[in-house]
Amino acid sequence: MKEYLNNIYTALYTIFVGMKITFRHLFIPAVTIQYPDVKLKLPERERNRLYVNMDDCIGCDQCSRACPVNCIEIETVKSIPGEDLGKTSNGKKKVLWVTKFNIDFAKCCYCQLCVFPCPTECIYMTDVYEFSEYERENLIYDFVTLTPEEREQKKLNYEKFMAEKAAADAAAKQAPKDEPKKES
Amino acid sequence: MIYEFFYNLIGSEIIAGFIAASLPLLIFILPFALVAVLLERKVAGHMQDRLGPMRVGYHGILQTIADIIKLLQKEDIIARENDKILFNIAPVLVFTGSYAAFAAIPFTSAYIGANIDLGIFYIIAVTGLVVAGILMAGWASNNKYSLLGAMRSAAQIVSYEIPTILVVLTLVMFTGTTNLMTLSENQTAYFWNWNILGGPEFSLAKILLIPFMIISFFIIYISTLAEVNRTPFDIPEAESELVSGYHTEYSGMKFAMFFLAEYANMFAVSAIVSALFFGGYHSPFGYLGNTLGIEWLIPVEQFFWFTFKGVFFVFVQMWLRWTLPRLRVDQLMTASWKYLIPIAFVNLLIVGIITLL
Repeated sequence: MKEYLNNIYTALYTIFVGMKITFRHLFIPAVTIQYPDVKLKLPERERNRLYVNMDDCIGCDQCSRACPVNCIEIETVKSIPGEDLGKTSNGKKKVLWVTKFNIDFAKCCYCQLCVFPCPTECIYMTDVYEFSEYERENLIYDFVTLTPEEREQKKLNYEKFMAEKAAADAAAKQAPKDEPKKES
Repeated sequence: MIYEFFYNLIGSEIIAGFIAASLPLLIFILPFALVAVLLERKVAGHMQDRLGPMRVGYHGILQTIADIIKLLQKEDIIARENDKILFNIAPVLVFTGSYAAFAAIPFTSAYIGANIDLGIFYIIAVTGLVVAGILMAGWASNNKYSLLGAMRSAAQIVSYEIPTILVVLTLVMFTGTTNLMTLSENQTAYFWNWNILGGPEFSLAKILLIPFMIISFFIIYISTLAEVNRTPFDIPEAESELVSGYHTEYSGMKFAMFFLAEYANMFAVSAIVSALFFGGYHSPFGYLGNTLGIEWLIPVEQFFWFTFKGVFFVFVQMWLRWTLPRLRVDQLMTASWKYLIPIAFVNLLIVGIITLL
């Protein structure tokens, strides 16, 4: 009988304790963050999507070599004499046309190892973390500022220049050979 | 009475009866369900330190309307192995059972669906349809979880009907009437006339009755909570074990009907509890209409108090839902047969003796 009454007392008492707690929580401000409208402040030095400032890129390929997952692909073409590519913001002279600078964010592991070797500090982490896509191909970002035609143009220019140079060299080599022949 | 009013206005008994019967559905239950579903979600959210629905309208106030539109558009799926006739009848029957209860509930002194002398008796009898509907739904779904949920539900409703009826009997014995209108009218004027505080007559019996009335209130509140299948007594729906019990196989509007019936039931039960113990539609502090001498204001105030009390008890049901975990089947039966029923019996005897004195 004592246990019986005690059970009733415990049941009612504990229910009221529980109800008190839930009622208190009814007035505690919610911890919800209304995500797309309100975003949490990101921590300092957060690592998210990479960005490459192509104005500063000298095409040195160091980031590509530092990448542990090989997600950066770079192709460069030498400039021909007379072309002025300008200078980077820290005063380095640019000599290479960057015709391909692809970063595949499907592969990227956000380790930031590519950021440190960059001599001009042109590749860096941004605070963008919402860039999901439906197709995996869409995650390959092309950072080159040149249009496709321009890239072809630069390649052709260089090939043409090299061909001309080779021709000139060949001519130059031939010329000294020819001259002694003439003389002899 | 509203029926006489429409009868005099239109002159046709059928049309007047039809209008009087559909009024509570259109002006009360549907809006109430809309508000209650949102309230439930908001209360749930805030009790768990969340926000609840926030996207549709200001702080999500249009969420339920969006949900209703979604449910209306949904395909009505009937699986091949279902018992089609029973499957289609079940939601209608469940809703009819809970809606029929509103016929005998007095909303104000001016409006009651049917002012029958056996009001509370009728309500208990007609809500028995809900059990049949639930069993039908579980059986016709041809799904083991649905059937299990329906069986549990039937067992639970039947066992908890007993303490409910015993408490109702206590009250009936005390007040000497089963008409809910008279029951409410007895508790008129101020809150110390309410049955929970020993009824309207001032005597030694009134003071002696108070603790037993409070016990009765607790018993009927717990057992009606079990009858409407709400947490902590939601083993028929038990999401973690039975998917969602007897309405697992339902979709679209049939599911909505179960949902509507659940919320209508919640309110019906709260209204009965308030009519039995808390003065029904009566204001606890007297009426503004009486002081100002405006007669038509009184029913409006009564409607307000009726809704207020009902919604308050519905709120407590939600509050309990987010406080207590679900009972095991054996605990459920223990609570009913070993605790509620014996206490209700003893309570019935004591109240009887005190009333005789």
